[in-house]
Amino acid sequence: MSAPVHHPHVVAPFDENVSFDELPDAPPSQAYRPTLTGWIGIIITCFWLFIAVFGSFLAPYGENALPFPDDYAEFQSPKEGASLGTDVEDRDVLSRVMYGAGRTIGISFAATLLAYFVGVVLGIGAAVSGPRVDMVMSRINDAFLSLPTIMLGLVVVAAVGSSIPVLILTAGMIYASVVFRLSRAIGMEIMVMDYVEAAKVRGEGRWWIITREIWPNARMPLITDFGLRLIYVILFISSLSFLGLGVQPPQADWGSMVRENLGALQYGESQLAVIAPAVAIATLTVSINLIVDDVSAHGGGKLSKRM
Amino acid sequence: MDAQTPRETPDVIFETKDLVISAVRENEPDLPIVKGVSFQVHKGEVVALIGESGSGKTTISLSALGYCKPGLEFSSGEANLLGRNIAGLSTDELRPSRGINVAYLAQSAAATFNPSIRINEQVTEAPVLHGTKSQDEANAKALELYGALDLPDPDTIGERYPHQVSGGQLQRLMAAMALCGDPDLLVLDEPTTALDVTTQIEVLKAFKKVIKDEGAAAIYVTHDLAVVAQIADYIVVLYSGEVKEAGPTDVIINNPKHPYTKRLMAAIKPLPEPGLGEATAADTGETPTLEVRNADAGYGQRADGQPIVKVLKDINVRVEHGKTVGVIGESGSGKSTLARVMAGLLPASTGEVFMNGELLPADLTKRTKDQLRKIQFVYQMADTALNPRQRIKDILGRPLSFYFGMSGSKRRSRVLELLDMVELPSQFADRYPHELSGGQKQRVNLARALAAEPEVVLCDEVTSALDTIVGANVIDLLTRLQKDTGVAYVFISHDLSTVASFADEIVVLYQGEIVEQGPTDMVLSPPHQPYTDLLISSVPETRIGWLEEAIAARHERNLRSADN
Amino acid sequence: MLSLIIRRLGIGIISVLAVSVIIFVGTMILPGDAEQIRLCQEATEANIAAMRERLGLDKSIVEQYLIWLGNFVRGDLGVSLASDAPIIELIADRYHNTVYVAVLTALIGVPISLALGILAAMFPGSLYDRILTFVSVSLVAAPEFFTATLLVLLFVFALGIGNAVVVGSTEGKDIFGLIAHFALPIATLSFVIASQLIRMSRAAVLNVMSSPYIEMAILKGVPRRRIIMRHALLNAIGPIVNVVALNLAYLVTGVIVVEVYFGYPGLATLIVQAVQTRDFILIQGLGMIFCMTYVVLMLIADVAALMSNPRLRHPK
Repeated sequence: MSAPVHHPHVVAPFDENVSFDELPDAPPSQAYRPTLTGWIGIIITCFWLFIAVFGSFLAPYGENALPFPDDYAEFQSPKEGASLGTDVEDRDVLSRVMYGAGRTIGISFAATLLAYFVGVVLGIGAAVSGPRVDMVMSRINDAFLSLPTIMLGLVVVAAVGSSIPVLILTAGMIYASVVFRLSRAIGMEIMVMDYVEAAKVRGEGRWWIITREIWPNARMPLITDFGLRLIYVILFISSLSFLGLGVQPPQADWGSMVRENLGALQYGESQLAVIAPAVAIATLTVSINLIVDDVSAHGGGKLSKRM
Repeated sequence: MDAQTPRETPDVIFETKDLVISAVRENEPDLPIVKGVSFQVHKGEVVALIGESGSGKTTISLSALGYCKPGLEFSSGEANLLGRNIAGLSTDELRPSRGINVAYLAQSAAATFNPSIRINEQVTEAPVLHGTKSQDEANAKALELYGALDLPDPDTIGERYPHQVSGGQLQRLMAAMALCGDPDLLVLDEPTTALDVTTQIEVLKAFKKVIKDEGAAAIYVTHDLAVVAQIADYIVVLYSGEVKEAGPTDVIINNPKHPYTKRLMAAIKPLPEPGLGEATAADTGETPTLEVRNADAGYGQRADGQPIVKVLKDINVRVEHGKTVGVIGESGSGKSTLARVMAGLLPASTGEVFMNGELLPADLTKRTKDQLRKIQFVYQMADTALNPRQRIKDILGRPLSFYFGMSGSKRRSRVLELLDMVELPSQFADRYPHELSGGQKQRVNLARALAAEPEVVLCDEVTSALDTIVGANVIDLLTRLQKDTGVAYVFISHDLSTVASFADEIVVLYQGEIVEQGPTDMVLSPPHQPYTDLLISSVPETRIGWLEEAIAARHERNLRSADN
Repeated sequence: MLSLIIRRLGIGIISVLAVSVIIFVGTMILPGDAEQIRLCQEATEANIAAMRERLGLDKSIVEQYLIWLGNFVRGDLGVSLASDAPIIELIADRYHNTVYVAVLTALIGVPISLALGILAAMFPGSLYDRILTFVSVSLVAAPEFFTATLLVLLFVFALGIGNAVVVGSTEGKDIFGLIAHFALPIATLSFVIASQLIRMSRAAVLNVMSSPYIEMAILKGVPRRRIIMRHALLNAIGPIVNVVALNLAYLVTGVIVVEVYFGYPGLATLIVQAVQTRDFILIQGLGMIFCMTYVVLMLIADVAALMSNPRLRHPK
């Protein structure tokens, strides 16, 4: 082995007066900017929210009005005066989809809000309470979570019958258990942070710790999850309605519209009476999911590219 | 080399020429991280890349494997491994070299070993897959390396899973994994940083020995000049992705030219020589500001009220007004637990805590506001100690309102005063923590404690997460603030030289018990308790040849204690 | 390890008991005893009293629960209020269809989805990955009846294959005959679980792929195939089994909508009818069967998650 070759002593040019400051930390992650799919999601979601609020004013006919009282026939093809055709009782499909938007979205939104209110209050509460309270609450919640949601819905509807308040309450309570688990986990994660301990050492009360230390940090992940939870609630409510156990006829709702017009697939002149409400739900939930996915995909490493 | 045909290796194993590596950004021009770096690694030589966080040292070292971390890419220049430019080559083109021509040792062996695969398979994987050794040959080589690295039970250790061996052993096993393929070049990225000092010395010794025995060249990445002095032949000093100074080890250590290198050297606090430290009065007879008497503490609770896992046993510590008590110990010694007992976060299971002679309730929720105010806590990780959703003025303002009922302009002007005390500009008041650097955050952390006008500040490893220069500045600041405000510190650290450089008294903790305590000068002077002795002799000195002396001394000590 | 699994089993049993209480109490508070509905207006006081006695409604609720639970354990699910037939017979007539569809979906849908998901994780960011991700992001949020409608439109109307409803008997059909018979329900459910499985198995593998030991394997020059097969999959297998079990549990729910949509008789249509006719004894029996299947699958998911931890597999 040859002896190491002599290296030169290299000194970079310098200015005696330049101080070597601490190098800054990594730049903070960039603010979220929607990608193309994100924008598609935002536009479609906003469209449906608009219809949900104003649909009943803009609809060409009433919810149960017959556009062609003289020419009664189910599942008529689209024509002048009924651009999406008519349904099983010869009502205007377009008008019913527009009325249904408010009901489907409204019920789901109210249920999700309820789920969040109950779930977050109890979840954060469990996180800041002692281990004993937390364990009791979590065990009860686990038992609740180990049931298929639709089964719980069926039992409740069987017991007390179906009405809009019952639907909101049922979906709200079922999904509150999911929100409970999530917000408890987020709360627990924040509770072990040094800044929470610093607040405890300072002598801060529980209320300050919850409102000033935990909530501001738990807010963002919970809001992101809200979209996802809303999707599940919409699907749950629609499935119940589809099974005939949710919104009751003659009220229009997307899930029940699919069910009552299911015959169109076999012997209808037009299948739009089934397709329109099904597409309405799918475009709404899918577009919300596109937003959620876009927000959560923002950031993250890609090691496996270099394999 | 054994039965293998010796490979013809050129004298220059690896070199970079004007290497530029950039971070790829969306909608913005690429941001260079490494800005035109050139250096060479010759056969049988250890080259150290030294620098602080953000210097690009790890990025440069990985270029020897033709690898960039996700988000980075080679922009220009060359990285020549054995005469071939590997910058920007595809993974398939690089694969034959990796593990055979060049091998990598990461900082954390615990994360680098696959938890589901036995150690031996991982150690022998590279040469077997590349076909340079049969499985039997590789096993024999691994066995030889386990022995050379002083691993216990070399015959069976390979049969274990990674979580079944200790951290120091795993670090050495990673060296075996790197060396099993007889690489021409080893890349070591801070391989001892995560270890305790007493373990570090053993691992360093093992590394140095095998690098020499195997005749491999090495790139050694670290921020620690003392470690570099022991192991490197040649040093490259990096700052912000540029070479500031490069030269043979003795030149850089003994005669640095560049102001940045000088500052790095100046930031190292050598262990004070006994007899030269500050003279300290032992027991003044004064009532101490904080005192812990006969305290036991731990986690879990048995039926008799005692903890299941006892972390602290029979602790007695006195903190005098305006003085600094340094608490030193390795991981698991219970030093942080002691601070938690003092703060009341973990009530002592037996024993008491007194403040100015008055008994403090063990649990912090039972302490009065004024008692809480007088003891403040500063955390190691400034990142998690500051609420990311609060502005600096709210973080500093809260203790002012909470303890003193301040509000409005009075509170505002006091916040600015506090910022000034910790040498931060007043416009920082409106910023969020993530807009500050690590050292600046630690200053805010300190200012928050001072806002309460405490008598005692508990500093838990406050400089450990900081770069050397930044940490040294924080220590200087602590010293000045003590002079100005008369506050007492309990300074907890694993780093003996930092503690010794400014503590009046030292408490040495080992496995939850105090093995030695007293004025700094006394603790540093012989005769030592055996553990204190081990600790003191393990602190690396920025001096060439220290490692050999320390190992020889340790060996001699072991012989002596075996005789007795 | 074993003690942890036994503890999980214990929690599983407690869950089943909790389920039984919820179902029992839930169905007991049906307004106006269900039998009144069945006996209609002609019911006399004496009639109703006899009926109540037969159903054990004169006993305390705790006694009723214990009797019901005891009978359930022995396989006696009681007699349907609506049709007067023993529930076990009603179930025996219909369970094949539900089981066929669920099992065939699991057999066909799960392996295909896992393969697609793992493949996507091997080439993240590729065109294949992006298309698959987009499709699964879309499908995961779409209701089952939307997917079913799409499939009916495509196959029945555009291609002229199959029928919008499932008709005829399954008797004497082999596995391929059954697949053809239930093609559209199986396809619908497969699409729904596929979107979940693809996303979750991809995420599970990618999560492992970003760990330092994979980076180390790359730096050791380990070929891609071996990185995936030996280093990554070994650590991703637990999370993947977990995902599979969760999705099979989901099939219990999904099958209800699909049976109603395609209009063939199965257990799910039976329970919907039971709710509509307020046949609470039938709801109790079927509810228990569905919930127990679900709890068992969730249990498997949990145990799989435990098994995936090498520290628990190979204790010190």
